[in-house]
Formats: sequence, C-alpha cells, structure tokens
Amino acid sequence: MPITDMTIRDMAQALEAKQFSAEEATRAHLERIARVDEKIHAFISVTAEQAIAAAQAADQRRAKGEVRSPLDGVPMALKDIICAKGTHTTCASKMLESYVPPYNATCWQRLEDAGAVLLGKVNMDEFAMGSSTESSAFGPTRNPFDLDCVPGGSSGGSAAAVAADLAVYSLGTDTGGSVRQPAHFCGVVGIKPTYGRISRFGVVPYASSLDQVGILAKTCYDAATVLEIVAGKDKMDSTSAPYPVKAYNQFCDSDISGMRIGVPKEFISDAIDVEIRQQLEEAVTQLRALGAQVEDVSLPHTAYALPAYYVLATAEASSNLARYDGVRYGLRVPAGNMRDMFVATRNAGFGTEVKRRIMLGTYALSSGYYDAYYNKTLQVRTLIKQDYDTIFAQGFDCLLTPTAPTTAFKLGAHTSDPLTMYMQDICTVPINMAGLPALVVPYALSSQGLPIGLQLIGSGFAEEKLLAVGSRLESVRLLPDLDE
Amino acid sequence: MMTESKRLIEEQQTEYVARLANLSFSAEELAAYTKDLESILNYMQELNTIHTDGVEATTHVLPLTNVFREDCIGDCLPNHDALSNAPDSEDGSFKVPKIM
Repeated sequence: MPITDMTIRDMAQALEAKQFSAEEATRAHLERIARVDEKIHAFISVTAEQAIAAAQAADQRRAKGEVRSPLDGVPMALKDIICAKGTHTTCASKMLESYVPPYNATCWQRLEDAGAVLLGKVNMDEFAMGSSTESSAFGPTRNPFDLDCVPGGSSGGSAAAVAADLAVYSLGTDTGGSVRQPAHFCGVVGIKPTYGRISRFGVVPYASSLDQVGILAKTCYDAATVLEIVAGKDKMDSTSAPYPVKAYNQFCDSDISGMRIGVPKEFISDAIDVEIRQQLEEAVTQLRALGAQVEDVSLPHTAYALPAYYVLATAEASSNLARYDGVRYGLRVPAGNMRDMFVATRNAGFGTEVKRRIMLGTYALSSGYYDAYYNKTLQVRTLIKQDYDTIFAQGFDCLLTPTAPTTAFKLGAHTSDPLTMYMQDICTVPINMAGLPALVVPYALSSQGLPIGLQLIGSGFAEEKLLAVGSRLESVRLLPDLDE
Repeated sequence: MMTESKRLIEEQQTEYVARLANLSFSAEELAAYTKDLESILNYMQELNTIHTDGVEATTHVLPLTNVFREDCIGDCLPNHDALSNAPDSEDGSFKVPKIM
C-alpha cells in the first residue's frame, strides 16, 4: 500500500513495525501535494521545512521508545482558521493575509503534544462563511472526484486534502455544516462533536454559540482516535465542557443490535435528491439487518432552523468581526482619521459574502429590529432544541438523515444567488442550533460518480454512539480517480 | 409567503446599516446589497409564522453557568509578541491615526 493511501491506524502500525519512518511518511505527502495540489488547491500554505523537522523529532522519539500517541509522526493539515504559532493563519481573507499568530489554538496544541506533523494550512470559505470554498480570497478548492465541482464548504480544503490523500486527516470547523457537507461532497468521514466538546481557544470565531471544531478523516476509527486527543475541558475556553473524554475508537465496529435509530420525516422531502433518498433507504435496510430498530420520527420545528440560523449566525458574526479594524493585527488601509481608517480597512479586507453577513447581522441587531429578529430567533432555537430533547428522551440512540440536498455541485452554480447557497445547509444547521454532535460517513457513489455521505445525529456528548453506528455504515473508502 | 407587501429594506437603510458596521459601498454595491438583503430578510419572515409567546430564549446550549477560575496571574504574551502583528506601534503600544 502506498504511504499516502494509509489511514492513521495503518500508519501507526507501519511506523511501529519500522516499515518506514515518519520522515518518509511526511516526504511522501509533501511530494504528493507538490504533484497533485496544483489541480485541487486544497492548501493555502505548505509548511514543508517545519513538517520535516517535526517528523524527524517523531522518529527520534520512536527510536528512544517515547512514542506519544497513535498520531505521533502522522502528517495532517489544519483549516486556515486554526492558529498555529509562527504559521500564517489567514481565514482565507485579505484581512488576515499577513497574520502570524503568536500562540497555538488549544486543539492544535494538543495534537502537537501528541506528535502530529503539520503539513500546512488548508483552504476554506472566507471566515468560514460559505458552503463551497468559493468565497476564499485565494481562489476556490476543487473536488477531487470531479474537478469542475466544489468540495463543499466551508472546510472544503480539509475535506479535499483528505479525499485526495494529501493529508491523513484534518481539523475543520463547523458552524452550520462546514465539516459535514464537505465530508459528504468529498467522500470522507466528518464529525462535528457536541458544542463545547473541543476547545475553541485560538480558533478564529464566526458565530460563537454555534462554532465547533470538527475532524475530517478517512475512517470513523481515525476520526475517533483524533477526537479523544483534541476533546476536553480547556481553561482558556469557558464554554468547553467539563465532562470526561472517552476512548472513542473502542466503540467503532461494535455490536449495534438493539440500538434505536430514528429517521426524521422532516429531513426527507422532494428537496432532497432522489439518489440520496434511495441511499438513505439502503442504509435503513442495512441497519435493520445489523439488528438495529429503525423508526420514523418527527422534529416539527426543522423548517425554521435555516432562517433562524441565518439570523443568529450573522448577528454573532457582525459582532465578532467588529474586531477587524486595522488596529491590533491584520490589514490596515491608512486614512486621515481613525474612523476613515476603520472603514477603508474593512472595505478592502472583507470579501462580498463576509460583508453580506456582517450587514445582515448588523441589521438584525439594530435598534427596532432586535426583538423581531434576534430575540425571536433565540426563542425558535429553544423550540428546535426541545424537538431533539423530546426524541432522545424517548430512548433513541441516534437519528439518520441526508447531509445536504444534493451531491457536489459545479463551481459557480450558486454564487449569484446567496439564498440558494444558504439552502445547502438545510440538513446540517438544526444540529448546530441544538448544539448536538453529528457524524457524516461516506456511503455510496452517485450515478455521476460523486460521493453521498449520510448524517447521524446524537444526543449531547454521545459521540461514541454515532461512531459505533457510523463505523458499521461507512463504505469501503471512496477513492477519486485523479488521473495522475 | 411572497405577497405584494412593502419592501423590507430600502437603499437608505442599507447605507445606515453599513455605517453602523463601519463599511461603505458604491452606488452599485448599495443596490446589489439591498437586493440581496431584501431577498434574505423576506425568507426570514418565515419565523413570523411560529408562535413563541412565553418561550424562553436559548442563548447557550450547555447547562454551564458561572465558570470560575482562580484569580491569579497566568502566562501572558510578552509585549513584543502581542505587538508582532500590529500594523503600527510605538513604545510598546498600538499606534492609531488621530481620533477626531
């Protein structure tokens, strides 16, 4: 097996068996990036020198019998929204083009402590606002399964890098589906854990009450292995949850007979591509054959989640992005006085979609509209959350749904109408509104040869149940033909 | 939903919101943003079809309140590092253009 085909699990065993060194593994990935990424453009920056140094350090630890974790010496990529000390962190924005964080995000710190080798930073929609990675200020990423298609977004670079074997795994972020929809589009596993499961410290905020770090990997087992290392309470993030972290990969491939799985009828409509609905039916049959009880359920407020999400996310974004004023970091466009400098800087630094969301959020929070939009949305959020609380209180272990209405779409298909782009998130935003964990597993290829991933939704902090079911459902790895 | 009702946002209002957000637009951009905002706000009117009287607001999904830590000085970024990304600085401080 070529090194770049390997999962974390394969590579940890191969490194242990001294089949190759961490340095060889890293060089193999760097060579593949140099050869293939011209077509895909998953990476914004490649940190080759540091990666080789980190891999050599991993080899030295191994020689001394001081291996730190199954991730020690395994090369990976970070979405360019996660701060890695001394490495450019651009958020795919002109605003942060030259920003070099002087500190590490906690999630990256934990990976670095575990021996992870950072290959570089991967592309995304600007400030994570988008569903296609087309709003990146540095150009779009392409889907490894069809270079005319988008990889999804906002963590499109992360998903494409893993799908194309440019990195063994990647961290992304998910505010309304930004890990899960790209996982579906690119045929990889994507997990958005429960809100608060992974520290957000050092992750550039978009909508703080919805943002969560997620993992894109080749298998559920790999995603589970990474989750165990990055999850947990962090004193730098007061919203990180103080609950114990589990040995998540121990739950993979376990017996799921007797588990109760709900299929919410509100997620299955004519708006969902017929092939996706057919694959969902297949999965239901498969789960029943594995001994699970599958039942139809109802989440009556689902239709309100998308409009509510776009009020809440933009309101929080307008406040979060007020910090980009040219004073402490990032772009500054000089002007005669302070306010003119703010405006000139923000005009030049932000792209069209970011400005659109700042405008929407500012409107929703402005005097006279605050109650009608923002407060109303917080109440709707309660109703959405209660739908899920009710279902899980009835004893359901998880829910099965589509991930998005379609498979990967062509570049440019939705760029002229923001609302049709927002509709991409219809199956994923309710989960962020409720703060729940969700896992997307690759399930099949469509008749067009594009991946279809299915979504499993769990109750708060029950990631292990999703991984148990997901690992039984995930297809053999879907591989793009990159015609090298 | 799409009844012949009055517009939800006019260009003048878009301009006002832009000012609040420290942004400014050309006439062309203003027209485009107003059109986009109108269409999205119209979609958001869906929320008015749901009764929420007496429903409590959810600002945060986790049952965490009053997260405290010891009141002691921890590790801080050295001044030099904190200023390392500053567009302009002087004597260990951020420097900005005149305010008035």
